[in-house]
Amino acid sequence: MIAFNKYYNHFNLLSSVLIVVSLLLLIFKGLNFGIDFKGGTLIELRASDSKINVSSLRDRFNQMDLGDVSVKKFGNDTDFLVKFENKDNKKNIIEEIKANLDKSFGNNYDFRRVENVGPKVSAELLKSGIIAISLSLALMLFYIWIRFEWQFSLGAILALFHDVIVTLGVFSLFSLEINLSIIAAVLTIVGYSMNDTVVIFDRVRENLRKYSDIKIFELTNISINETLSRTIITSATTLLALLAIYFFGGEILKGFSLAMILGVVFGTYSSIYIANTVLVRLRVSQKTVLREDDKK
Amino acid sequence: MLYFSKLRILFIALFSVLFILIASSNLFKFDDNFFDKKINLGLDLQGGSYLLLEIDNEPVIEQKLQNLTTTIRNYFKEKNIKINNIKIDNQNIFFNVKDNDKQSVLDVFQDENSDLNPYYPRFKSHQLEIEDTGLNFKVNFSRQGLIKLKTSSQDQAIEIVRRRVDEVGTNEPNILKRGNNRILVELPGLDDPMRIKSLLGKTANLTFRFVTNDENDRFGVEKLKFENGLEEATVSKRIIISGENLLDAQPKMDTQANQTIVSFTLDRVGAKRFGKATSTGIGKQLAIVLDGKIISAPVVRDTIASGSGQISGGFTFQTATDLALLLRSGALPAPLEIIEERTVGPDLGQDSINAGMIALAIGFMLVIIFMFVKYKIFGLITNVTLIVNLFILLGVLTLFEATLTLPGIAGIILTVGMAVDANVLIFERIKEELKDETNNILAFDGGYTKSRTAILDANITTLLAAIILFFMGSGPVKGFAVTLGVGIFTTLFSVYFIARLFTSIYVSRNKNKEKLI
Repeated sequence: MIAFNKYYNHFNLLSSVLIVVSLLLLIFKGLNFGIDFKGGTLIELRASDSKINVSSLRDRFNQMDLGDVSVKKFGNDTDFLVKFENKDNKKNIIEEIKANLDKSFGNNYDFRRVENVGPKVSAELLKSGIIAISLSLALMLFYIWIRFEWQFSLGAILALFHDVIVTLGVFSLFSLEINLSIIAAVLTIVGYSMNDTVVIFDRVRENLRKYSDIKIFELTNISINETLSRTIITSATTLLALLAIYFFGGEILKGFSLAMILGVVFGTYSSIYIANTVLVRLRVSQKTVLREDDKK
Repeated sequence: MLYFSKLRILFIALFSVLFILIASSNLFKFDDNFFDKKINLGLDLQGGSYLLLEIDNEPVIEQKLQNLTTTIRNYFKEKNIKINNIKIDNQNIFFNVKDNDKQSVLDVFQDENSDLNPYYPRFKSHQLEIEDTGLNFKVNFSRQGLIKLKTSSQDQAIEIVRRRVDEVGTNEPNILKRGNNRILVELPGLDDPMRIKSLLGKTANLTFRFVTNDENDRFGVEKLKFENGLEEATVSKRIIISGENLLDAQPKMDTQANQTIVSFTLDRVGAKRFGKATSTGIGKQLAIVLDGKIISAPVVRDTIASGSGQISGGFTFQTATDLALLLRSGALPAPLEIIEERTVGPDLGQDSINAGMIALAIGFMLVIIFMFVKYKIFGLITNVTLIVNLFILLGVLTLFEATLTLPGIAGIILTVGMAVDANVLIFERIKEELKDETNNILAFDGGYTKSRTAILDANITTLLAAIILFFMGSGPVKGFAVTLGVGIFTTLFSVYFIARLFTSIYVSRNKNKEKLI
């Protein structure tokens, strides 16, 4: 049996630090919103001429008076991702850019993907993304509240907030782009983290009914160990699947799978070191569950 | 738990085979009459254009209010009530009346059977709202009135958009209403939406009006620019004929002048009015105005009574074709603005499919190898379950003709990763039971019963997340929610029926084996 409970305090401290740092990052550095949420234009371009590179493209685009233009390699040496604000929301901007690029590069390039999101739409998408995440947190809260005693609910929700905030913190720290698929990833993380916590809690509650003489500090540790194989195998297979998406699923899914990988790692960690420690700190005992059982 | 009746086994086997067949119908061509359902590929996988258009209703409202001022004035004139100082300001109509007319005006506006101000009993609301301060009235559209106006202009606009898109002839366009002022256009397989965008961006309001030098024209005049943006002409506001009078328009080559023209045919009313105007207006310039710009302003040489004519304006064949198309499909009730556009080229779509499939294959292999190494015979059972699960998942998606997107593929891969969870929970539980239970069969039973709540909880939480994603997400992300959500059900089915069947067979054959797992 591994003594997970030996490190409850250490990891609680670490998590508190992580949450504070993440919150500070989110407040002061903020998130790098993609065009889905900020509005603007994105062009994925494939070049068939080595003359076309990041600096020559940047030169060209900067001459076009599009505001702040970002040009980056996308996956390999021939693919580029160009993003700009398109502040005036010019109508035929893509056609103008094409005409302009044709002059310098002929037809040695190809637009593989064009996305143009107007300011109204991006504001709506941001709003619905925030609503979706809040709603899912609320629903989880509701679900766990009817399924478990309030001490458990608190533990699960704290673990959930930890996972979402720290994942977003990492995205802020490395200025990774937040787009629609990241929202999908965050929601899935919420589901996964909850799933992981619930499995351990289920065991904790079962053990609470079974043993009256074991303190919660020990009991959580027993429960964590009993479910440990499952925790390891499920997170391992999920991570294997996600790593396959990250490395082979193409550039578009990179951000999504990265967010999910982070979420699975944090989710597994928080089920053990946040959710359970809340039970310990709230001195959950056999009485807690039996009282609830009586009510039913 | 252990016992499976023959009938049940047969049912499970048939069900699995059926879904494997349905899923494989995406790969092999079955007889279409027999089974023609297929998983649709999202625009991000097959390439294509997604355009979200917003109707700018301001001009429509302005126009309606403009018409209303005339209607109001005439309506009360018949009743011998004089409407004074009627004007429009900031989407409100203002006017005032004499003292003794005030109540009659209010009565008309508040009468539920009034022709002037229609009443919608379903919404308990009039079309117009009226407010009075003293003898001054303020009239504007009620909330319901505005909604009616918007939906009706949306209905008209979607019809015109459909006609224009159909005329260009892309395959299987998808044109849908969004809210009450937006239209979503999905054009699969179209990698250069430039032409459609420019066609949808034009209102195509065509009018024929005389050029005049008389500033005091009875109908008012306005200065309009020519299409080339250089010249200007003063044009009467009197409309001789408009786009509505057109029956047909076609691009043609005028061999004499060696230029491309658009020839048009007028309906009866249009032909009559055109004939009359051209007979009285010989020698005058007739301006052909499209969306506030003069295409050309030829001099009338003869009376044109045939009801057909032609427009020349230095067209290329392409611009003439497009103009004819716009004229044929009719004018939009209001200008459209493209507020969101997402276009994926077909080769990127194919690349995404390939990458998704490779990731799926590799993810699947990794999970299968891991499970086999970790669990041996039970790993094998899990793996068989996983494969059947994948087929059932694809089968269900086929049956519902769901749209598969790139995030949707990610959802399938993720399902593969998470689907082992339920089996692992069960097997681990069986293992634990075996610690104090020597009877393999009882341990097996205990494993299934005791793991049930955890499995249910775990899947419900993921399902809740998927449901929210489905309702809040858009396009590709919705595809993710679909595969994730459907995956949960197929996983539960395959765990509790298929995996349990195999496990029960294995356990009953090894009732007395020392180390079961």
